[in-house]
Amino acid sequence: MAENAVKERNEATAAKTVQFKIQRQDSPESSPYWETFNVPYRQNMNVISALMEIRRNPVNSEGKKTSPIQWEMNCLEEVCGACSMVINGRPRQSCTALVDQLTQPITLEPMRTFPVVRDLVVDREVMFDSLKKVKAWVPIDGTYDLGEGPRMPERKRQWAYELSKCMTCGVCLEACPNVNDKTNFIGPALISQVRLFNAHPTGAMNRDERLDALMQDGGLAECGNSQNCVVACPKGIPLTTSIAAMNRAASVYSFKRFFGSDHMVD
Amino acid sequence: MSACLSVLRGVKDFMRDSDFGLRRLHSLLGILPIGLFLTQHLIINHFATQGVEAFNRASDFMGNLPFVLWLEWIVIYIPLMFHAFFGLYIAFTAKPNTSRYGTYRNWMFFLQRITGVFLVIFIAWHIWQTRVQKAFGAEVDFDMMADIVANPLMLAFYVVGIVSATFHLANGFWSFLVTWGITQSPRSQRISTFVMMGLFLVLSVIGIRAIFAFV
Repeated sequence: MAENAVKERNEATAAKTVQFKIQRQDSPESSPYWETFNVPYRQNMNVISALMEIRRNPVNSEGKKTSPIQWEMNCLEEVCGACSMVINGRPRQSCTALVDQLTQPITLEPMRTFPVVRDLVVDREVMFDSLKKVKAWVPIDGTYDLGEGPRMPERKRQWAYELSKCMTCGVCLEACPNVNDKTNFIGPALISQVRLFNAHPTGAMNRDERLDALMQDGGLAECGNSQNCVVACPKGIPLTTSIAAMNRAASVYSFKRFFGSDHMVD
Repeated sequence: MSACLSVLRGVKDFMRDSDFGLRRLHSLLGILPIGLFLTQHLIINHFATQGVEAFNRASDFMGNLPFVLWLEWIVIYIPLMFHAFFGLYIAFTAKPNTSRYGTYRNWMFFLQRITGVFLVIFIAWHIWQTRVQKAFGAEVDFDMMADIVANPLMLAFYVVGIVSATFHLANGFWSFLVTWGITQSPRSQRISTFVMMGLFLVLSVIGIRAIFAFV
Protein backbone atom coordinates (compact mmCIF):
# COMPACT_ATOMS: atom_id res chain seq x y z
CA MET A 1 0.00 0.00 0.00
CA ALA A 2 2.63 2.47 1.13
CA GLU A 3 4.95 1.28 -1.60
CA ASN A 4 2.28 1.93 -4.20
CA ALA A 5 1.75 5.45 -2.91
CA VAL A 6 5.48 6.18 -3.17
CA LYS A 7 5.55 4.69 -6.67
CA GLU A 8 2.57 6.80 -7.72
CA ARG A 9 4.12 9.95 -6.35
CA ASN A 10 7.43 9.26 -8.05
CA GLU A 11 5.66 8.72 -11.36
CA ALA A 12 3.72 11.94 -10.95
CA THR A 13 6.83 13.97 -10.22
CA ALA A 14 9.03 12.25 -12.81
CA ALA A 15 7.01 13.83 -15.58
CA LYS A 16 7.68 17.32 -14.19
CA THR A 17 10.86 19.13 -15.14
CA VAL A 18 12.54 22.23 -13.84
CA GLN A 19 14.06 24.67 -16.30
CA PHE A 20 17.45 26.17 -15.53
CA LYS A 21 19.06 29.00 -17.47
CA ILE A 22 22.74 29.00 -16.58
CA GLN A 23 25.36 31.54 -17.52
CA ARG A 24 28.50 29.67 -18.41
CA GLN A 25 32.07 30.67 -19.05
CA ASP A 26 34.77 28.27 -20.18
CA SER A 27 37.83 30.11 -18.85
CA PRO A 28 38.63 33.32 -16.97
CA GLU A 29 39.30 35.14 -20.26
CA SER A 30 36.56 33.76 -22.50
CA SER A 31 33.19 35.46 -22.87
CA PRO A 32 30.09 34.15 -21.08
CA TYR A 33 27.16 32.41 -22.82
CA TRP A 34 23.81 31.00 -21.71
CA GLU A 35 22.77 27.36 -21.71
CA THR A 36 19.34 26.00 -20.77
CA PHE A 37 18.69 22.67 -19.02
CA ASN A 38 15.50 20.78 -18.22
CA VAL A 39 16.09 18.84 -15.02
CA PRO A 40 13.66 16.12 -13.81
CA TYR A 41 11.83 17.38 -10.74
CA ARG A 42 12.32 15.67 -7.40
CA GLN A 43 10.65 16.59 -4.16
CA ASN A 44 12.50 19.11 -1.95
CA MET A 45 15.27 19.59 -4.48
CA ASN A 46 17.62 22.55 -4.16
CA VAL A 47 19.77 24.25 -6.78
CA ILE A 48 22.75 22.07 -5.86
CA SER A 49 20.88 18.80 -6.34
CA ALA A 50 19.78 20.10 -9.74
CA LEU A 51 23.39 20.95 -10.62
CA MET A 52 24.37 17.42 -9.51
CA GLU A 53 21.69 16.01 -11.82
CA ILE A 54 23.11 18.06 -14.71
CA ARG A 55 26.58 16.75 -13.84
CA ARG A 56 25.22 13.17 -13.91
CA ASN A 57 23.57 13.72 -17.27
CA PRO A 58 25.08 16.79 -19.00
CA VAL A 59 22.52 17.24 -21.77
CA ASN A 60 21.08 20.69 -22.45
CA SER A 61 17.47 21.54 -23.35
CA GLU A 62 18.22 21.08 -27.07
CA GLY A 63 19.15 17.47 -26.32
CA LYS A 64 22.85 18.12 -27.03
CA LYS A 65 25.55 16.64 -24.86
CA THR A 66 27.56 19.39 -23.16
CA SER A 67 30.24 19.77 -20.51
CA PRO A 68 29.02 19.53 -16.90
CA ILE A 69 28.53 22.81 -15.02
CA GLN A 70 31.34 23.76 -12.67
CA TRP A 71 30.39 25.12 -9.26
CA GLU A 72 31.74 25.09 -5.74
CA MET A 73 30.14 23.64 -2.64
CA ASN A 74 31.20 22.40 0.73
CA CYS A 75 29.06 22.39 3.85
CA LEU A 76 25.59 22.22 2.22
CA GLU A 77 24.07 23.93 5.27
CA GLU A 78 24.72 27.64 4.61
CA VAL A 79 27.70 28.11 6.91
CA CYS A 80 30.68 27.97 4.52
CA GLY A 81 29.68 30.39 1.75
CA ALA A 82 31.39 28.40 -1.02
CA CYS A 83 28.27 27.76 -3.11
CA SER A 84 27.28 31.45 -3.41
CA MET A 85 25.99 32.48 -6.83
CA VAL A 86 23.43 34.81 -8.37
CA ILE A 87 20.11 32.95 -8.42
CA ASN A 88 17.19 34.63 -10.20
CA GLY A 89 19.09 37.90 -10.08
CA ARG A 90 20.03 37.84 -6.42
CA PRO A 91 23.26 36.61 -4.83
CA ARG A 92 22.73 33.83 -2.26
CA GLN A 93 23.84 30.32 -1.35
CA SER A 94 22.67 27.63 -3.77
CA CYS A 95 22.42 25.01 -0.99
CA THR A 96 19.51 26.82 0.67
CA ALA A 97 17.91 27.88 -2.61
CA LEU A 98 14.94 25.48 -2.75
CA VAL A 99 13.55 24.88 -6.23
CA ASP A 100 9.96 24.90 -4.93
CA GLN A 101 10.42 28.50 -3.80
CA LEU A 102 11.93 29.81 -7.06
CA THR A 103 10.21 31.07 -10.19
CA GLN A 104 11.17 29.30 -13.40
CA PRO A 105 13.22 29.38 -15.48
CA ILE A 106 15.72 29.51 -12.63
CA THR A 107 18.67 31.64 -13.75
CA LEU A 108 22.11 30.95 -12.32
CA GLU A 109 25.01 33.36 -12.80
CA PRO A 110 28.42 33.65 -11.17
CA MET A 111 29.01 36.56 -8.77
CA ARG A 112 30.75 38.83 -11.28
CA THR A 113 32.07 41.17 -8.61
CA PHE A 114 34.79 38.52 -8.33
CA PRO A 115 36.93 37.11 -11.15
CA VAL A 116 35.15 34.15 -12.75
CA VAL A 117 37.27 30.97 -12.85
CA ARG A 118 34.81 28.80 -14.76
CA ASP A 119 31.00 28.70 -15.06
CA LEU A 120 29.71 29.44 -11.54
CA VAL A 121 33.11 29.23 -9.82
CA VAL A 122 34.54 32.59 -8.73
CA ASP A 123 37.78 33.52 -7.03
CA ARG A 124 37.01 35.23 -3.72
CA GLU A 125 40.65 35.66 -2.76
CA VAL A 126 40.30 39.46 -2.67
CA MET A 127 38.18 39.05 0.48
CA PHE A 128 40.81 36.94 2.19
CA ASP A 129 43.47 39.48 1.28
CA SER A 130 41.25 42.18 2.77
CA LEU A 131 40.87 40.15 5.98
CA LYS A 132 44.66 40.22 6.22
CA LYS A 133 44.70 43.94 5.48
CA VAL A 134 42.32 44.78 8.33
CA LYS A 135 44.05 42.26 10.67
CA ALA A 136 40.87 40.31 11.32
CA TRP A 137 42.34 38.11 14.03
CA VAL A 138 43.38 38.27 17.69
CA PRO A 139 47.19 38.25 17.83
CA ILE A 140 48.38 36.15 20.79
CA ASP A 141 51.46 34.46 19.35
CA GLY A 142 54.70 35.18 21.12
CA THR A 143 57.80 33.64 22.64
CA TYR A 144 56.21 32.95 26.03
CA ASP A 145 52.84 32.08 27.49
CA LEU A 146 50.85 35.31 27.80
CA GLY A 147 48.40 33.73 30.23
CA GLU A 148 44.68 34.30 30.27
CA GLY A 149 43.19 37.33 28.58
CA PRO A 150 40.45 39.53 30.03
CA ARG A 151 37.04 37.87 30.36
CA MET A 152 34.30 38.68 27.90
CA PRO A 153 30.91 39.36 29.45
CA GLU A 154 28.45 36.62 28.47
CA ARG A 155 25.89 39.00 27.02
CA LYS A 156 28.57 40.63 24.90
CA ARG A 157 29.68 37.20 23.70
CA GLN A 158 26.14 36.41 22.58
CA TRP A 159 25.99 39.70 20.68
CA ALA A 160 29.43 39.16 19.12
CA TYR A 161 28.39 35.65 18.07
CA GLU A 162 25.96 37.19 15.58
CA LEU A 163 28.81 39.13 13.95
CA SER A 164 30.99 36.01 13.94
CA LYS A 165 28.46 34.23 11.71
CA CYS A 166 30.07 35.93 8.69
CA MET A 167 31.33 33.23 6.33
CA THR A 168 33.09 35.54 3.84
CA CYS A 169 30.62 34.36 1.19
CA GLY A 170 30.83 37.60 -0.78
CA VAL A 171 27.08 38.10 -1.17
CA CYS A 172 27.20 41.57 0.43
CA LEU A 173 30.03 42.59 -1.89
CA GLU A 174 28.03 41.38 -4.88
CA ALA A 175 25.01 43.38 -3.65
CA CYS A 176 27.00 46.57 -2.99
CA PRO A 177 26.98 49.19 -5.77
CA ASN A 178 30.31 50.53 -4.55
CA VAL A 179 32.24 47.25 -4.77
CA ASN A 180 33.26 47.04 -8.42
CA ASP A 181 36.25 47.14 -10.72
CA LYS A 182 36.37 50.96 -10.58
CA THR A 183 36.84 51.12 -6.79
CA ASN A 184 39.07 49.50 -4.18
CA PHE A 185 36.26 49.18 -1.63
CA ILE A 186 36.86 46.14 0.57
CA GLY A 187 33.14 45.71 1.23
CA PRO A 188 30.70 45.54 4.15
CA ALA A 189 31.70 42.11 5.52
CA LEU A 190 35.24 43.24 6.23
CA ILE A 191 34.11 46.35 8.11
CA SER A 192 31.88 44.19 10.30
CA GLN A 193 34.82 41.88 11.00
CA VAL A 194 36.78 44.82 12.36
CA ARG A 195 33.89 45.55 14.71
CA LEU A 196 33.89 41.91 15.83
CA PHE A 197 37.62 41.78 16.58
CA ASN A 198 37.70 45.26 18.10
CA ALA A 199 34.89 44.20 20.45
CA HIS A 200 36.87 41.19 21.65
CA PRO A 201 38.59 42.02 24.98
CA THR A 202 41.98 40.71 23.77
CA GLY A 203 41.43 41.83 20.18
CA ALA A 204 40.74 45.36 21.43
CA MET A 205 44.42 45.60 22.39
CA ASN A 206 45.15 46.14 18.67
CA ARG A 207 42.08 48.24 17.95
CA ASP A 208 44.03 51.17 16.55
CA GLU A 209 45.80 48.98 13.98
CA ARG A 210 42.53 47.72 12.56
CA LEU A 211 41.03 51.23 12.49
CA ASP A 212 44.16 52.46 10.72
CA ALA A 213 43.64 49.77 8.10
CA LEU A 214 39.95 50.70 7.72
CA MET A 215 40.92 54.32 7.12
CA GLN A 216 43.12 53.44 4.16
CA ASP A 217 42.19 53.75 0.50
CA GLY A 218 39.28 51.41 -0.27
CA GLY A 219 38.26 51.30 3.37
CA LEU A 220 35.31 52.42 5.43
CA ALA A 221 34.81 55.79 3.73
CA GLU A 222 33.87 54.20 0.40
CA CYS A 223 30.51 53.07 1.78
CA GLY A 224 27.71 54.94 -0.01
CA ASN A 225 24.89 53.88 2.35
CA SER A 226 22.77 52.04 -0.20
CA GLN A 227 22.25 49.50 2.61
CA ASN A 228 21.88 46.60 0.17
CA CYS A 229 24.35 44.57 2.24
CA VAL A 230 22.08 44.23 5.24
CA VAL A 231 19.22 43.18 2.95
CA ALA A 232 21.37 40.61 1.14
CA CYS A 233 23.28 39.04 4.06
CA PRO A 234 22.13 35.41 4.40
CA LYS A 235 23.18 35.33 8.06
CA GLY A 236 21.25 38.45 9.05
CA ILE A 237 24.38 40.25 10.25
CA PRO A 238 23.62 43.92 11.10
CA LEU A 239 26.17 45.13 8.54
CA THR A 240 24.92 48.71 8.29
CA THR A 241 25.01 49.06 12.07
CA SER A 242 28.57 47.73 11.99
CA ILE A 243 29.50 50.28 9.33
CA ALA A 244 27.96 53.17 11.29
CA ALA A 245 29.64 51.93 14.48
CA MET A 246 33.01 51.81 12.75
CA ASN A 247 32.32 55.25 11.31
CA ARG A 248 31.93 56.57 14.84
CA ALA A 249 35.03 54.70 16.04
CA ALA A 250 37.01 56.14 13.11
CA SER A 251 35.71 59.67 13.83
CA VAL A 252 36.78 59.46 17.49
CA TYR A 253 40.04 57.74 16.64
CA SER A 254 41.10 60.21 13.97
CA PHE A 255 40.16 63.11 16.25
CA LYS A 256 42.28 61.64 19.06
CA ARG A 257 45.12 60.83 16.70
CA PHE A 258 45.22 64.41 15.42
CA PHE A 259 44.50 66.45 18.54
CA GLY A 260 45.42 63.95 21.27
CA SER A 261 48.79 63.22 22.80
CA ASP A 262 50.79 60.08 22.10
CA HIS A 263 48.44 57.31 23.17
CA MET A 264 47.73 54.46 20.80
CA VAL A 265 44.95 52.30 22.24
CA ASP A 266 42.08 53.99 24.20
CA MET B 1 55.23 65.48 -21.14
CA SER B 2 56.82 63.00 -18.73
CA ALA B 3 57.04 65.71 -16.06
CA CYS B 4 53.36 66.34 -16.58
CA LEU B 5 52.62 62.63 -16.22
CA SER B 6 54.63 62.31 -13.04
CA VAL B 7 52.79 65.29 -11.53
CA LEU B 8 49.50 63.62 -12.44
CA ARG B 9 50.71 60.38 -10.88
CA GLY B 10 51.71 62.29 -7.77
CA VAL B 11 48.26 63.86 -7.54
CA LYS B 12 46.66 60.44 -8.01
CA ASP B 13 48.83 58.89 -5.28
CA PHE B 14 47.98 61.77 -2.96
CA MET B 15 44.26 61.35 -3.66
CA ARG B 16 44.49 57.61 -3.03
CA ASP B 17 46.52 57.99 0.17
CA SER B 18 44.16 60.57 1.61
CA ASP B 19 40.98 58.94 0.32
CA PHE B 20 39.47 58.61 3.79
CA GLY B 21 40.10 62.25 4.67
CA LEU B 22 38.86 63.51 1.30
CA ARG B 23 35.62 61.55 1.56
CA ARG B 24 35.01 62.77 5.09
CA LEU B 25 35.75 66.32 3.90
CA HIS B 26 33.30 65.81 1.03
CA SER B 27 30.63 64.74 3.52
CA LEU B 28 31.32 67.65 5.88
CA LEU B 29 31.44 70.35 3.18
CA GLY B 30 28.05 69.21 1.86
CA ILE B 31 26.50 70.32 5.15
CA LEU B 32 28.91 73.06 6.20
CA PRO B 33 29.07 75.43 4.44
CA ILE B 34 27.18 74.30 1.31
CA GLY B 35 23.98 73.08 2.98
CA LEU B 36 23.87 76.12 5.20
CA PHE B 37 24.47 78.40 2.21
CA LEU B 38 21.70 76.71 0.20
CA THR B 39 19.25 77.17 3.06
CA GLN B 40 20.20 80.83 3.42
CA HIS B 41 20.01 81.32 -0.37
CA LEU B 42 16.48 79.89 -0.59
CA ILE B 43 15.33 81.96 2.40
CA ILE B 44 16.71 85.16 0.91
CA ASN B 45 15.03 84.27 -2.41
CA HIS B 46 11.76 83.96 -0.52
CA PHE B 47 11.75 87.77 -0.17
CA ALA B 48 10.55 87.70 -3.79
CA THR B 49 7.12 86.60 -2.54
CA GLN B 50 6.88 89.99 -0.75
CA GLY B 51 7.39 91.95 -3.92
CA VAL B 52 10.07 93.42 -6.14
CA GLU B 53 11.31 95.94 -3.62
CA ALA B 54 11.68 93.47 -0.75
CA PHE B 55 13.71 91.13 -2.94
CA ASN B 56 15.94 93.88 -4.33
CA ARG B 57 16.66 95.15 -0.80
CA ALA B 58 17.66 91.65 0.35
CA SER B 59 19.72 90.93 -2.74
CA ASP B 60 21.46 94.31 -2.42
CA PHE B 61 22.30 93.53 1.20
CA MET B 62 23.75 90.11 0.32
CA GLY B 63 25.61 91.41 -2.74
CA ASN B 64 27.21 94.26 -0.82
CA LEU B 65 28.36 92.44 2.30
CA PRO B 66 31.84 93.48 3.43
CA PHE B 67 34.58 91.20 2.06
CA VAL B 68 31.96 89.80 -0.32
CA LEU B 69 34.52 88.32 -2.72
CA TRP B 70 36.33 86.57 0.11
CA LEU B 71 33.06 85.27 1.48
CA GLU B 72 32.04 84.02 -1.95
CA TRP B 73 35.28 82.16 -2.55
CA ILE B 74 35.70 80.70 0.93
CA VAL B 75 32.09 79.91 1.77
CA ILE B 76 30.78 79.06 -1.69
CA TYR B 77 33.10 78.52 -4.66
CA ILE B 78 35.98 76.51 -3.18
CA PRO B 79 33.89 74.11 -1.05
CA LEU B 80 31.29 73.79 -3.82
CA MET B 81 33.88 73.01 -6.48
CA PHE B 82 35.56 70.38 -4.31
CA HIS B 83 32.19 68.84 -3.42
CA ALA B 84 31.10 68.88 -7.06
CA PHE B 85 34.21 67.40 -8.64
CA PHE B 86 34.91 64.83 -5.94
CA GLY B 87 31.19 64.01 -6.02
CA LEU B 88 31.35 63.33 -9.75
CA TYR B 89 34.17 60.88 -9.08
CA ILE B 90 32.07 59.15 -6.41
CA ALA B 91 28.98 59.09 -8.64
CA PHE B 92 30.75 57.64 -11.66
CA THR B 93 32.61 54.95 -9.74
CA ALA B 94 29.33 53.51 -8.43
CA LYS B 95 27.43 50.75 -10.21
CA PRO B 96 23.78 51.36 -9.27
CA ASN B 97 21.64 48.22 -9.01
CA THR B 98 18.12 49.40 -8.19
CA SER B 99 16.70 46.76 -10.51
CA ARG B 100 18.21 44.05 -8.31
CA TYR B 101 17.43 45.71 -4.96
CA GLY B 102 14.48 48.07 -5.26
CA THR B 103 14.67 49.12 -1.61
CA TYR B 104 14.06 52.67 -0.42
CA ARG B 105 17.70 53.19 0.60
CA ASN B 106 19.05 51.83 -2.65
CA TRP B 107 16.82 54.26 -4.57
CA MET B 108 18.03 57.11 -2.36
CA PHE B 109 21.62 56.06 -3.13
CA PHE B 110 20.84 56.18 -6.85
CA LEU B 111 18.91 59.49 -6.69
CA GLN B 112 21.67 61.10 -4.61
CA ARG B 113 24.08 60.44 -7.48
CA ILE B 114 21.63 61.42 -10.24
CA THR B 115 20.70 64.72 -8.54
CA GLY B 116 24.38 65.36 -7.79
CA VAL B 117 25.40 65.06 -11.44
CA PHE B 118 22.42 67.15 -12.53
CA LEU B 119 23.25 69.82 -9.94
CA VAL B 120 26.79 70.22 -11.29
CA ILE B 121 25.25 71.14 -14.64
CA PHE B 122 22.43 73.23 -13.15
CA ILE B 123 24.64 75.19 -10.75
CA ALA B 124 27.28 75.85 -13.41
CA TRP B 125 24.53 77.25 -15.65
CA HIS B 126 22.96 79.21 -12.77
CA ILE B 127 26.30 80.81 -11.85
CA TRP B 128 26.91 81.69 -15.49
CA GLN B 129 23.46 83.28 -15.80
CA THR B 130 23.72 85.34 -12.61
CA ARG B 131 27.13 85.78 -10.95
CA VAL B 132 29.22 85.75 -14.11
CA GLN B 133 26.81 88.20 -15.82
CA LYS B 134 27.22 90.45 -12.77
CA ALA B 135 30.99 90.36 -13.28
CA PHE B 136 30.30 91.44 -16.89
CA GLY B 137 28.33 94.42 -15.56
CA ALA B 138 24.77 93.15 -15.33
CA GLU B 139 22.56 94.14 -12.41
CA VAL B 140 21.53 91.28 -10.11
CA ASP B 141 17.95 92.10 -9.18
CA PHE B 142 14.35 90.91 -9.43
CA ASP B 143 14.17 91.72 -13.14
CA MET B 144 17.18 89.53 -13.92
CA MET B 145 15.45 86.46 -12.51
CA ALA B 146 12.06 87.49 -13.95
CA ASP B 147 13.67 87.65 -17.41
CA ILE B 148 15.24 84.23 -16.96
CA VAL B 149 12.09 82.42 -15.82
CA ALA B 150 9.92 84.18 -18.40
CA ASN B 151 11.03 81.30 -20.59
CA PRO B 152 8.92 78.31 -19.47
CA LEU B 153 11.76 75.89 -20.26
CA MET B 154 14.09 77.86 -17.99
CA LEU B 155 11.42 77.91 -15.28
CA ALA B 156 11.13 74.12 -15.50
CA PHE B 157 14.93 73.81 -15.41
CA TYR B 158 15.05 75.95 -12.27
CA VAL B 159 12.22 74.07 -10.56
CA VAL B 160 13.98 70.74 -11.19
CA GLY B 161 17.26 72.32 -10.07
CA ILE B 162 15.79 73.61 -6.80
CA VAL B 163 14.08 70.31 -5.95
CA SER B 164 17.25 68.39 -6.82
CA ALA B 165 19.26 70.65 -4.53
CA THR B 166 16.87 70.33 -1.57
CA PHE B 167 16.68 66.56 -2.05
CA HIS B 168 20.45 66.24 -2.33
CA LEU B 169 20.90 68.27 0.85
CA ALA B 170 18.23 66.42 2.87
CA ASN B 171 19.36 62.96 1.80
CA GLY B 172 22.99 64.00 2.12
CA PHE B 173 22.31 65.12 5.67
CA TRP B 174 20.92 61.65 6.38
CA SER B 175 24.09 59.97 5.15
CA PHE B 176 26.24 62.61 6.86
CA LEU B 177 24.78 61.41 10.17
CA VAL B 178 25.71 57.81 9.29
CA THR B 179 29.11 58.69 7.85
CA TRP B 180 30.20 60.47 11.01
CA GLY B 181 28.77 57.72 13.20
CA ILE B 182 26.02 59.81 14.79
CA THR B 183 23.06 57.61 13.79
CA GLN B 184 24.08 53.97 14.25
CA SER B 185 21.01 51.97 15.21
CA PRO B 186 18.43 51.09 12.55
CA ARG B 187 15.85 52.95 14.65
CA SER B 188 17.81 56.21 14.75
CA GLN B 189 18.48 55.91 11.02
CA ARG B 190 14.77 55.37 10.34
CA ILE B 191 13.77 58.39 12.43
CA SER B 192 16.38 60.56 10.74
CA THR B 193 14.91 59.43 7.39
CA PHE B 194 11.58 60.99 8.41
CA VAL B 195 13.22 64.13 9.77
CA MET B 196 15.11 64.56 6.48
CA MET B 197 11.91 64.01 4.48
CA GLY B 198 10.45 66.90 6.46
CA LEU B 199 13.52 69.04 5.77
CA PHE B 200 13.24 68.22 2.06
CA LEU B 201 9.56 69.25 1.98
CA VAL B 202 10.08 72.51 3.91
CA LEU B 203 13.09 73.62 1.84
CA SER B 204 11.35 72.63 -1.40
CA VAL B 205 8.24 74.67 -0.54
CA ILE B 206 10.41 77.70 0.29
CA GLY B 207 12.41 77.33 -2.92
CA ILE B 208 9.44 76.69 -5.21
CA ARG B 209 7.40 79.55 -3.74
CA ALA B 210 10.36 81.85 -4.34
CA ILE B 211 10.96 80.86 -7.96
CA PHE B 212 7.25 81.19 -8.83
CA ALA B 213 7.25 84.68 -7.31
CA PHE B 214 9.39 85.77 -10.28
CA VAL B 215 6.87 84.52 -12.86
